[in-house]
Amino acid sequence: MSDLHQQLVQMVDRMPAFSGSVNKILQMTSDIDCAPKDLVQVIEHDPVMMAKILKLVNSAYFGLSREITSIKHGVVFVGLNTIKNLAISIATMGMLPKAGPAGLDMNSFLLHSLGTASIAKLLGKRLGVMPDKTTDYFVGGLLHDIGKVVFAQFMPQEMERALKRVEVEEVSLSIAEMIEIGADHAQLGGMLAEKWQLPHTLVTCIKEHHSLEPNGGPNKVLDCVVAANIIVKQVGFGCAGNLIEDRLPDHVSARFGMELAELQESIGNLDEELEKANAFIRI
Amino acid sequence: MLKFTFRGVRGSIASPGPKTVKYGGNTTCIEVRTDSELIILDAGTGIFPLSQTLFPEFPLTCHIFISHTHWDHIQGLPFFIPMFVAGNRVKIYGGQDPVTGNGVQEALSRQLEYAFFPIREAELSAELEYISLSENQVVNIGDAQITNVLMNHPAIDYGYKVSCGDKSLFFTGDHEWPYNIYEPGDDDYQLFKEHIAQKRKSIIDMVAEVDVLIVDTAYTDDEYPAKKGWGHGSFLSSIAMARDAGVKHCFFTHHEPTRSDEELEKVFQAALEKHPSQPGDQEFYLAQEGFTFEL
Ligand SMILES: [Zn+2]
Ligand SMILES: [Zn+2]
Repeated sequence: MSDLHQQLVQMVDRMPAFSGSVNKILQMTSDIDCAPKDLVQVIEHDPVMMAKILKLVNSAYFGLSREITSIKHGVVFVGLNTIKNLAISIATMGMLPKAGPAGLDMNSFLLHSLGTASIAKLLGKRLGVMPDKTTDYFVGGLLHDIGKVVFAQFMPQEMERALKRVEVEEVSLSIAEMIEIGADHAQLGGMLAEKWQLPHTLVTCIKEHHSLEPNGGPNKVLDCVVAANIIVKQVGFGCAGNLIEDRLPDHVSARFGMELAELQESIGNLDEELEKANAFIRI
Repeated sequence: MLKFTFRGVRGSIASPGPKTVKYGGNTTCIEVRTDSELIILDAGTGIFPLSQTLFPEFPLTCHIFISHTHWDHIQGLPFFIPMFVAGNRVKIYGGQDPVTGNGVQEALSRQLEYAFFPIREAELSAELEYISLSENQVVNIGDAQITNVLMNHPAIDYGYKVSCGDKSLFFTGDHEWPYNIYEPGDDDYQLFKEHIAQKRKSIIDMVAEVDVLIVDTAYTDDEYPAKKGWGHGSFLSSIAMARDAGVKHCFFTHHEPTRSDEELEKVFQAALEKHPSQPGDQEFYLAQEGFTFEL
């Protein structure tokens, strides 16, 4: 397993971002008048871009005296031009194929990630978090499944067999990944996030998003990401290859004081949130 | 003892000529002296005239701190004479480029490539050393202490604080205070505003109560809006910084290359009138090549 991790860590450094955002970044940055907020928005909608830029700004190159938790935070602390050039350097690495090599549909994966991000943010607000403090909720949701893209990109055959197993045997993707690869996407993503020195809250969201127990103590952000992940699958928005779960882990329903159906019902119609995510991908 | 001499005060490109004789045409370089040490802040073209004064001190050890690697702050480096003479020790400090991963040595080695300069880095006779700095790293040099904070410019740009005994100065390098990229009413306006306030505090905390602030003041308040995002300050932003940090003396530098001595004095006077001093306020000055100030 540790050999596999080492190998993957090195490969991920060369991993390209999603095709839509790569195209948008290259196009926008060739225009000297491109609006900074548009650039930030593109980066914030691509889990690979987001993870890689957070990795760099939190790395020893900067040796920053504080943890950078979002792209906006990075823009202010290391400067817009540096963030822009980091995005360009990632964009010039190429792009992920639209149909993932392992049969993981990249558009669906993106929709799932964006949907989870939006709903996690919504749930955070419901728990009384001020709107301007919900960034972690969004970023946690966006990045929670990052391990899956890495598997699909670098271990396509194993990942394809794992996805098949989910379909045929109706086991969870985590179990199928354990059988085929020896690690699941939450473990792998969490390990990468740690290695990249991403903020602790994000590491936890990635590593523990399938945990049934509140590992590492109560965590509001994680609980929202867990619930959002389940809700997004319930409403059939996007797909990241996993089974649909029909209940929340106990500590998560305790957090919201209700079960899945009630929670889903209580946040009302999600069409608008999800349509926003969809619209962004279609551009 | 802590004193400094401006060796270059011009921004962007050297601007010699009859119209810049008084304030000087060389690009950024500040010679800082303590009882025992020679510290040089930036290596614009002003480092060449400085280097011509250093022969009596050979063999010497000096420490060059680079704010950032834009041309006007490194262009004099290949002409820093002490590097060509055996027995001298030159230490060059600066940030690391996160996009390429390259350290500060690139500022010199790229300029010394065959197509750009006849002497290769390997042929320099002095002992050269490069030190990549992380933010807030403290460097102790004899009786001096140098620390840095990341400023806002379209490059990794460190502002340096030099302290010696109970005296201290801060040099911004090139700097524009970050501004909100969102409009009031945008969802993210408030969040961004808080990040900006946090960033401002991290810089002001570093500069707080230094004796001397040397600050990038490229633009007049009227010029600034058209140059927003270019990475430089204005009289308005520099005066606010000096007041917020409670510094004793404030020198405006990085003068626009097209600004004549006469115009420079005119815009300086206008700025002082527009932002009148309050009792107990700091003194403001225009940085002038050759001018020495002892703290
Ligand atoms: Zn400059
Ligand atoms: Zn510059």
